[in-house]
Amino acid sequence: MYKGQSGMWSWLLHRITGLGTLLFLFVHIVDISLLGFGPRVYNDGILLFDSIVVRFLSLALIGAILFHSTNGIRIMLIDFWSKGVRYQRAMFVIALVVTIIVFIPVVYFVLAPKLLGPIGAWFVQPLFAHAGH
Amino acid sequence: MLQISRGTGPRPTSGGFETASWYFFRVSGILLIFLVIIHLIIMHVSNDVSCTTYQFVSARYANPFWRLYDWLLLTLALTHGMNGLRIVIEDYVSSPRRRIVLLTLAAILLVAFFMLGTITLITFQPVLGPHGAQCLHA
Repeated sequence: MYKGQSGMWSWLLHRITGLGTLLFLFVHIVDISLLGFGPRVYNDGILLFDSIVVRFLSLALIGAILFHSTNGIRIMLIDFWSKGVRYQRAMFVIALVVTIIVFIPVVYFVLAPKLLGPIGAWFVQPLFAHAGH
Repeated sequence: MLQISRGTGPRPTSGGFETASWYFFRVSGILLIFLVIIHLIIMHVSNDVSCTTYQFVSARYANPFWRLYDWLLLTLALTHGMNGLRIVIEDYVSSPRRRIVLLTLAAILLVAFFMLGTITLITFQPVLGPHGAQCLHA
């Protein structure tokens, strides 16, 4: 919690990613409520999420959620693990690394159907085609 | 530096609301990690977002499990997030009057969005008939 040290950056990032996710949650509750207006209105809303700009925004959201989750685990380890405080700095680095490692394939899955067209969709879909919903 | 009222601060021992809030962040946080990651895999990995159409939701919500799942997600994410917003307001707004106004606004937002989401989840009845292609293509 001191200026310029890792504790401050993790705290600040945790706060920003949390508030950003909350802002999206408001938008998301409203866009899901479009279900009540029937298929046409709802699908128009979904079309927005299909656009490339919103796909990049979705990626920012997913990145924020990944960091908030991994740093949340770090916070709980500091609270409940006897050696948590000693390793808090290392765990911050781990949280960042895990976020980036998980984020890279997500970028592919979110952008490929749009950027690579039908070919991209073919690469993405068969992996989980039989997984259902 | 600002006063830190949670995060890596010490575990509150005084009891009462702040202690409950401290534990709630952690319990809801653990549950949300699972709920959100499964939700993201379903909506952005195993399906493309362009295929999460009205028909997709209709098929999904035919099973009450997914309505319950999404309601749990709604409730925990909204309360976890609004509790975070509460702490941010208390951190940055020192004037008692402005603080009360903002906290009241936050409480109204919480109730309004919780009701909108809950009503949507409970009342959704799919309109019958064809709804166009399986996936949208802009």
